[in-house]
Amino acid sequence: MSILINKDTRIVTQGITGNTGEFHTTNCLDYAFGKECFVAGVTPGKEGQEVQGVPVYNTVKDAKEKHGVNASVIYVPPRFAAAAIDEAVDAELDLVICITEGIPVADMIKTRDRMRKMNSKTVLVGPNCPGVITPEEVKIGIMPGYIHKKGSIGVVSRSGTLTYEAVHQLTQLGLGQSTCVGIGGDPVNGLKHKDVLKMFNDDPETEAVVMCGEIGGTDEEECAAWIKENMTKPVVGFIAGITAPPGKRMGHAGAIISGGQGTAQSKIDALEDAGVHVTLNPSEMGSTLKKAIG
Amino acid sequence: MNVHEYQGKEILRKYGVATPRGIPAFSVDEAVAAAEELGGNVWVVKAQIHAGGRGKGGGVKVAKSLDEVREFSDAILGMQLVTHQTGPEGKEVKRLYIEEGADIADELYIGALVDRETQKVVLMCSSEGGMDIETVAEETPEKILKIFIDPSEGLDRAEAEDVCGKIGIPASAVAEGADFLNGLYEAFVGSDASLAEINPLVVTGDNRVVALDAKFNIDSNALFRQPEIMEYRDLDEEDADEIEASKWGLSYISLDGNIGCLVNGAGLAMATMDIIKLYGGEPANFLDVGGGATKEQVTEAFKIMLKNSNVEGILVNIFGGIMRCDVIAEGVVAAAKEVGLNVPLVVRLEGTNVEKGRQILDDSDVKLQTATTMADAAEKIAAAVKA
Repeated sequence: MSILINKDTRIVTQGITGNTGEFHTTNCLDYAFGKECFVAGVTPGKEGQEVQGVPVYNTVKDAKEKHGVNASVIYVPPRFAAAAIDEAVDAELDLVICITEGIPVADMIKTRDRMRKMNSKTVLVGPNCPGVITPEEVKIGIMPGYIHKKGSIGVVSRSGTLTYEAVHQLTQLGLGQSTCVGIGGDPVNGLKHKDVLKMFNDDPETEAVVMCGEIGGTDEEECAAWIKENMTKPVVGFIAGITAPPGKRMGHAGAIISGGQGTAQSKIDALEDAGVHVTLNPSEMGSTLKKAIG
Repeated sequence: MNVHEYQGKEILRKYGVATPRGIPAFSVDEAVAAAEELGGNVWVVKAQIHAGGRGKGGGVKVAKSLDEVREFSDAILGMQLVTHQTGPEGKEVKRLYIEEGADIADELYIGALVDRETQKVVLMCSSEGGMDIETVAEETPEKILKIFIDPSEGLDRAEAEDVCGKIGIPASAVAEGADFLNGLYEAFVGSDASLAEINPLVVTGDNRVVALDAKFNIDSNALFRQPEIMEYRDLDEEDADEIEASKWGLSYISLDGNIGCLVNGAGLAMATMDIIKLYGGEPANFLDVGGGATKEQVTEAFKIMLKNSNVEGILVNIFGGIMRCDVIAEGVVAAAKEVGLNVPLVVRLEGTNVEKGRQILDDSDVKLQTATTMADAAEKIAAAVKA
């Protein structure tokens, strides 16, 4: 098993005819069961076209009706991306993964509010994230597939390349991954660390978890509180940004220490208090996990 | 993006929020003319820089005559204003705001921001105006009342009036206070702000509710639909190197240390700064070259890092995914040659085409050390800089 996605997931790429959408869909098609999983694309007004052999539709609803898709991945430009999420939510997909970086926060507030008021069952991952991968089954997103290996370690992170770093270290040590989830670097997003940890805790194939957090917000603190009460599996944590100055946005829209909140130290303290194996050395995420599972 | 106080007040007025009358001035003569135009017999001369704590730093003065307006404007304009937010070198004052004096009976605090947990806009309201709100939050958190606003319903009138009463707005001005909160919320949403702070909000002697200060940060992701606010951008207030970097699609922030670092991805860039520190070095910057950096971008990144005269060594840490290590290696070699690199360089490549990338580095005549892991890289650069 795995969480969120597996080889039976059927996926539509929203924004498939754009350069980014086509490039990454091609890579995803080439990974493991990609050709079975990626069954449709959507770009309004381009129905009837094909991209890498994948048929294009005008709407997500059409793609769902024709191909039974249950998940979408979004590469739509920032100013239209929130509307693309709304469309996937309206089509009642199980999962929407939004890769797009640069969506206005106000748009995401409206989209998240809409999802809550509809009691939507759709799970949103992102925006501004690398995507989700279940190694050797299916890759939905922009991560390099070949660094992953099937196994029992769950990985969750707010960052892209830092996740690849963690995954690479695990694979080098022979520790494969159940699923790797990039929850994204934006202040208003879908799944949080805590939500993903719950899924890993319930997944019989996940033995332990690596979580990479960073400065900004209180997501990691909330996750720590949940871990303390509920988590039955070992968790290794790394928090990026202990050297980041307050008041400066460190690349990610959400990575900012403001009003004394969101510091790396407060997150590290909360995670340590919850029994998480925190490492201050980003080179030792893999080895810390190996030690933690004995 | 940050805007000046007088620009923030322009935004507020557009949404019907009461502010004192005022006129921006770029010279002493303009300041005096502004005071004459405003009339009255008390004016406030306010330095306009993108930092808080201007009053304490001597950047805000009350003038009781036109001569004093001239005197204070002359003193403030061109000064290096140092506040707790500017750093010790301060910021040169290039703009003034001349405002009519206000009859202050009470000072309060209102701030609007996005609450990440509830994913709603929250208004923070406090009776403790004119103080550092972070201190209030730490020492007397019970004095901050929060109103979470439903995005589709807007501000709840009854709740707003209730909170206004609780933070000390007199009963006769509570309705006006609720209007103020509503206007602030509408200004926040309408301008795509990420922060709007009124500190202080004042109750005047005749029970009016007025914004005496205004601090707005605007969501950079939304500037495409805020052309009027784009006009407010003041490049004098931004770091020249950060502006140059953004032209090349690089995200750069200068820091106090001596080891420059060039990384792909924001999270990995922060982690690289952290590991430099862990091995006894001090990072000189944050620099994210993004997901698909080109040779030109890498060259520009080197140039920007090396403009900082504190830099005594450079660490390149690239995890190639979409970005291929051989392309980065070529970029590093070309950049090192073009800028005539004369400080130690450590390069750590991992990921797609790593072997090819390392080969390019080994074959080049650029003086550099390669590293396999982040720890190895941090250790090598820290040692090279100390040597």
